[in-house]
Amino acid sequence: MNSVNQSAALGQSAALKVVSLVSLGQHPVSGRLRRAEQDARALELCLTLSRQQPEGQVSVSAWHASGEEIMTGSEQDVALRGYLGMGLEALTLVTPRALQDKAAERVVDVWPLLAARLREEAPQLVVCGGQSETGEGSGLLPHLLAESLGWPLVEGLVEIESCDGEHLTALQALPRGQRRRLRVRLPALVSVDSAAPAARQSAFGQARRGSLVRVETGDAAHDSVAEAFAITPARKRPKRLKRIKATNARDRFKAAAAKAEGGGGKRLEGVSAEEGAGEILKLLREEGVVR
Amino acid sequence: MTTHRDEHSALPRRNPRLEQQARNRLHPEHLTALMALGKGAVGPQERWLGPKGVMRRNPHVGHFIATNGRKRFDRSGRTGPAAAGAGNSAVAVKAIVLPLIEIESPAFLIAVVPDMTSGRISSHDRDVLGLARQIADADPAHQGAVLAVTFGTLRDGGDESDSAGLGAAGVDRWMHFSDTLHDGYAPLTQLAELEAIDGELSPRLWLLPESRTGGGERGRRLGARLLCKGDASVRPSGNVYQLDGDLAAVGRGECEQLSVTGRSGNGQQDLTRPLTRILLCEAECAEPVEDVRHAAMPLMLEDEERTAANDGSAVISSPLIEDLGPVAVDPSAIALGEAEFILSAGNGIRDWDGFHHAAQVLGATEGASRVAVDDGFMPRARQVGATGTWVTARVYVAVGISGAIQHLQGIQRCDKVVAINLDGGCDMVKRADLSVIGDAEAILASLCQQLEAARGPLSDADQVDALASGTASAASSVTSASLAANAA
Repeated sequence: MNSVNQSAALGQSAALKVVSLVSLGQHPVSGRLRRAEQDARALELCLTLSRQQPEGQVSVSAWHASGEEIMTGSEQDVALRGYLGMGLEALTLVTPRALQDKAAERVVDVWPLLAARLREEAPQLVVCGGQSETGEGSGLLPHLLAESLGWPLVEGLVEIESCDGEHLTALQALPRGQRRRLRVRLPALVSVDSAAPAARQSAFGQARRGSLVRVETGDAAHDSVAEAFAITPARKRPKRLKRIKATNARDRFKAAAAKAEGGGGKRLEGVSAEEGAGEILKLLREEGVVR
Repeated sequence: MTTHRDEHSALPRRNPRLEQQARNRLHPEHLTALMALGKGAVGPQERWLGPKGVMRRNPHVGHFIATNGRKRFDRSGRTGPAAAGAGNSAVAVKAIVLPLIEIESPAFLIAVVPDMTSGRISSHDRDVLGLARQIADADPAHQGAVLAVTFGTLRDGGDESDSAGLGAAGVDRWMHFSDTLHDGYAPLTQLAELEAIDGELSPRLWLLPESRTGGGERGRRLGARLLCKGDASVRPSGNVYQLDGDLAAVGRGECEQLSVTGRSGNGQQDLTRPLTRILLCEAECAEPVEDVRHAAMPLMLEDEERTAANDGSAVISSPLIEDLGPVAVDPSAIALGEAEFILSAGNGIRDWDGFHHAAQVLGATEGASRVAVDDGFMPRARQVGATGTWVTARVYVAVGISGAIQHLQGIQRCDKVVAINLDGGCDMVKRADLSVIGDAEAILASLCQQLEAARGPLSDADQVDALASGTASAASSVTSASLAANAA
């Protein structure tokens, strides 16, 4: 709450309010809690945007929603301070009025809290990662927020090109390194792609100095569906086998003895360079890589 | 007594003597006996299926007399029961038509929204359709049908009756939205269509590929929309790779008997839950459909009000998210592993300026063999092969690369390989789909020349086209610096 008010005061009423939603991440090998990869990229995108604009034009705040109390010095606290180390004064903890007891094995649904808080604060832009690294990781949270708030949601952004008070122009990642330009009307939610610029390093001193500010919003809603989930360590998936449908020995032998590749290619020998180049160009045009 | 005799004559009587004569090929009455039993109308049988399922052959027929005057059999497989009558075996093999399955009145529907990346059905789509097929066919008493919903322009992938190749992938009903709007980014319009389909046809399950090319996003949007309307059963299950339990329960409407397993928590955990109505399926979640084809009958939504309402929503939704078209990306900034078109150089290249120029003119990402990198002509990050990058390009042009086994491993997943080489016997030429034996520099120079000649007069018209259609293909390119930073 404090951080939001402070930064809003700097830029007066004209400041563009940008909220970055951050979650707890988990290292894929050690399993230690850390800042989440995509959420850190989302925050990086916000910080880049605020640096591009004149001082005080953009106010960036980071929110983390949690149903449990986060004790100072706990693993969660250290992980969340990783975001503070990217250059934030404070991080807002959005919590219900009555905090969840650690011993109670209930799952708190955080999206109604965030939706209520966003409705109250009314930022123009909300940036988050695509999927959480801990818990269910369904990637549904931005969609639920967008649906309940009635805002447009765009997935897989890599770069924000410009952002005035009305519209956002941004680049969206497509497969094979391609990009697409989109214009989105504000207020809007956007989620970032893993191809977005990598997050800056987290500074230890800044992380220690920053503060986690708790903001109480509404009552805790329990997610009874998630309580029925059975979670186990990931089992290795079997590789798909090559199916040989031969009905007789000869075809089976042929399939087993056949070279994996080669044969059947077109071969041009003793032709002029122009003819050869023309043939290559024909193939490239057929494949659609050259126009 | 007469009635007795009539009953006797109606019974089939066996003639053991005749059967023995028919079995004994050396018997003088053999052929007559076969004729009498109705077996050998045109002469002795050449092959038959033995009692243990092994194909037996009659050595007295089906042979030919070789040049040395001795009896020989053709074991190459060119002749056989299928080819014996037709004469042309190649034609006979190609003419095999898969059996067509039509489901007239299905008990329930399984809806699938294949990605149809660049208008073609992908292997991921086929796997998801295969899973839908398994569920639909699980209970013969409640035969289900698979409904495919596709968006945008489709390319040819099948024969005349099944232009998109969906029927061969196991689709019974097909709903297509051909508006060119869907070729770009139109998530809200597509969501409105999917919601209308859900309301009108109420498919029992929605199956979508969990992919970055649209499937995952569509499923989550639909799930969130229906969840916010108060339907708690639609919460999507993500990264699904396995369904446990009796699939026939879906046909009976007892979906709660099944459980579904998917990856969660950054791929480190498996999450098992009761079956939900929307499943986002990973690749290889099931075997694709083979050996049969389905009807893929076109289906339309009948509701007129819906189309009117949809037009309204389209007008509202278009300003919310506006697609300004694809952005020209610097090919050298694309990571080698995901580049679509690679021009790769090896030891055979002497004129490096010419090679870089050719890559620029073709708009190809540059690659190199280990030798070219070791000699310092290309950076290490551009090395293709087992020790460098394993590439997935659709078209890979290898210039002056002989094809060490490590390099060939690196290009295993490329679709089309073009080799330009002086040595016609090298391994790369054996692997290539098109190989040109000749001087690489001259061929590259000629390639550039022909391309520039073809583009010269067209370039202005292209730009006018691009402006007129509103696509920003000629829009400012993304700077290589920013993309390089992304890759780092």
